[in-house]
Amino acid sequence: MTVISRPKAKPADAIKDASMAKQKEMVNAHYDRLASARENGEKVAATFVPGNLNELLMCFDLVNNLPEVNAIQNGLRRQSGAFVMEAEKHGHSEDVCTYVKSDIGMMAKGNIGPNGKKLPDPDVLLLSYTGCFTFMKWFELLRKEYNCETIMFQTPYMADGKITKDMIAYMVKQLKQDVIPKLERVSGVKFDIDRLREYLKKSAKAEDDLVAVLQSAKNKPSPIDAYFGGIYYIGPIFGAFRGTDAAIDYYRFLREEVEERVRQGKGPVTPDGDMGKERYRLVVEGPPNYTNFRQFWKMFYDEGAVVVASSYTKVGGTYDFGFRHNPDEPLESLAEYCLNVYTNRNLPMRVDMLENYVNEYEADGLLINSIKSCNSFSAGQLLIMREVEKRTGKPAAFIETDLVDPRYFSAANVKNRLESYFQMVEQKRAGARAA
Amino acid sequence: MLDKPNSTTSDIIKRCEELFTDLYFTRAREWKAEKPGRIVVGFMPYYAPRELVHAAGGLPLGIFGGGDQLEVIHGDAYYQSYICRIPRSTVELGVSGRLDFVDGMMFPSICDVIRNLSGMWKLMFPNKGARYIDLPHNFEDDLGGEFYVSELKETCHWLEGMSGKPITDDAIRASIAVFNENRRLIREVYELRAAQPWNVPSSELYLLLRAGMVIPVEEHNEMVRAYLEAARNQQRPIKDNSRVVVCGAFCEQPPLNLIKSIELAGCYIVDDDFILVTRWENSDVSLEGDPLTSLSRAYLHDSKSTPPKYEPDEAKKGLYLVDSVRKNRAEGVIFAMTSFCDPGLLERPMLQAVLKKHDIPQIAFKYAENSGQMQPIREQAGTFADSIKLWSGA
Ligand code: SF4
Ligand code: SF4
Repeated sequence: MTVISRPKAKPADAIKDASMAKQKEMVNAHYDRLASARENGEKVAATFVPGNLNELLMCFDLVNNLPEVNAIQNGLRRQSGAFVMEAEKHGHSEDVCTYVKSDIGMMAKGNIGPNGKKLPDPDVLLLSYTGCFTFMKWFELLRKEYNCETIMFQTPYMADGKITKDMIAYMVKQLKQDVIPKLERVSGVKFDIDRLREYLKKSAKAEDDLVAVLQSAKNKPSPIDAYFGGIYYIGPIFGAFRGTDAAIDYYRFLREEVEERVRQGKGPVTPDGDMGKERYRLVVEGPPNYTNFRQFWKMFYDEGAVVVASSYTKVGGTYDFGFRHNPDEPLESLAEYCLNVYTNRNLPMRVDMLENYVNEYEADGLLINSIKSCNSFSAGQLLIMREVEKRTGKPAAFIETDLVDPRYFSAANVKNRLESYFQMVEQKRAGARAA
Repeated sequence: MLDKPNSTTSDIIKRCEELFTDLYFTRAREWKAEKPGRIVVGFMPYYAPRELVHAAGGLPLGIFGGGDQLEVIHGDAYYQSYICRIPRSTVELGVSGRLDFVDGMMFPSICDVIRNLSGMWKLMFPNKGARYIDLPHNFEDDLGGEFYVSELKETCHWLEGMSGKPITDDAIRASIAVFNENRRLIREVYELRAAQPWNVPSSELYLLLRAGMVIPVEEHNEMVRAYLEAARNQQRPIKDNSRVVVCGAFCEQPPLNLIKSIELAGCYIVDDDFILVTRWENSDVSLEGDPLTSLSRAYLHDSKSTPPKYEPDEAKKGLYLVDSVRKNRAEGVIFAMTSFCDPGLLERPMLQAVLKKHDIPQIAFKYAENSGQMQPIREQAGTFADSIKLWSGA
């Protein structure tokens, strides 16, 4: 799940603001670093976006490679379809998560990264088992291919809507007794908790600015699109940059850019330039479709629909309720971070969160993009939809696509659904005016 | 009583079938009504610490979906077409009032679907208990073990909240003893089937296990004892069937007809992963010391390997299936997995690779609990049985 950089083959006329160009540079630089990791004597850790312990990995000079991000990149470059089919050809079921199949298909075809260079084999698989069951099977499958150390780091599920002392104790103990010693062994670098504290301090700074950016969508018009645009914004912090100076710079820069848009009363930037008049404000639940990302986005901005809050931008960490990485309690803070990621929150918490978003961001309603691949997000979404609709009195709608399997994106269906939804919103408004 | 030693297997299986088809759970309702203060706690397939419910003076009730008998009217409104069947038929059981007498539900951490269902239950049935049983994927006593003990403690508190009575260590030990007995008996049935599969048809074994999900364990112990005795004293015709292990039915239940179809196609099922909770632990759980630690140790070190469980040691991945083939003198493996089941279907290629390495023949198909058309499965299993014979004859 999660996080993207700009698609490589972007049409020439796509408009980008300065922060997007900066983001692109960062992500490309990271792919180049990964591609030359071997030459530079750097070791590589593969891990997942939710529960990504980037600061910890940096303490061991490990470079972070996120297979979900690679799958997304391949989706955007329209290569994932072929990779998914390749994996199916090798016996993987058509029913399972397409991120996994895209990754496995990519491996089968030479593991060429988005920059056209071969991605290095990981030296360690850090199986941060956070918020999704599939992660476990995914790395069991990769482990077989790479034959490298695999570290299971279990995040208990927030089933009762709270974080208990026992959960934190379990996670901290895993870090101390299992994760850190193994990372020391793989990397040959001794763990230094003060180094971790420094990185966490930096994380918290960038997190403050990210939250300010996401919450800027409370303005009318919203200066950002918190789903399609939001995916660019979360890229660095959910990926390999959390805890770095580069992330601090990027988020400060982004925040200033967004605040300037607020001052100027501007709406979001889209690939076709500034969005026209804001007509609909939506909250979106669920990941996007990446194979037709721009086409999908266009269906929104052409209608003046802006997404003011989304749950997907919380899969790599939920910061808007106050959590920040804390250098004073470094390991506890890493545990708390993992526990808080969106898909590790129970269904009632997810409903509450979406309900609050609809109210606080003064949205017209909730739209769910249900992903065929993703049981973690999708199982229960129909109930979520009804609950949020009931509690907010705002209309909700449901569309179905897939993350990176182009076979499950039907543009005509999605467009139809969206159009009927916008009509529904209009009717609701007319009803409210009449009353 | 049907479960007396002089009952025949068909008497006993008839009773099991009545229990299997009774989606109002009459026996469990009666049990609850017999004494004030009793609680009934449902659990979804895979694994649940039933001993704790028993120690709380409750009846653990297996909720294994609606099978092919339940018409799902409401449940489909809760799930997209690409999600397996068991959560929707479970919701149907709840929404239709069939579980109105159930005080709480336990949802084991088997996959994201069941995990999310635990939260749905909280929203849909706010007056009932819903507890997610988070299972450890770290198998060290002082890591995953400690965590699991804390989960079990929390589960005890949750049960105490429902029953209004404290759960004592002695009560847990006594419950472990009764379930040890149940597991011993079930292991005996498995051993008997592996030795004389013609005398213990798998469709019967399955019904016998299912019965244990909906009646008190003490009654089930009697029933299994009676079945063992009757089966041992019976001689049914021996067929020239192939011996197979079935893998993949650990959660959503295969229709009974599917099991029958495999048998009719010329296969003796000599091992399987049906209703694993009945024999999750491979040997007796210790009655010494802290009972929660004993349950935890058994979970970590002496329990079944199965697709949803993490295997920390790559070298051991899938070997349990090879061991089962060897131990039960099976000639092949049938992967019968639930459609849209990520844990099963992601695991399958890994297991297939291990079998291939060990030259063990295999086939694979998918099912849903309400699959009606068995002809293709019968044909596939029949061809497999024939080809196994050909290979072994070659
Ligand atoms: S199931 Fe969903 S959350 Fe899990 S890896 Fe696949 S896309 Fe990501
Ligand atoms: S059948 Fe598979 S996916 Fe469905 S609930 Fe069971 S384990 Fe989960």
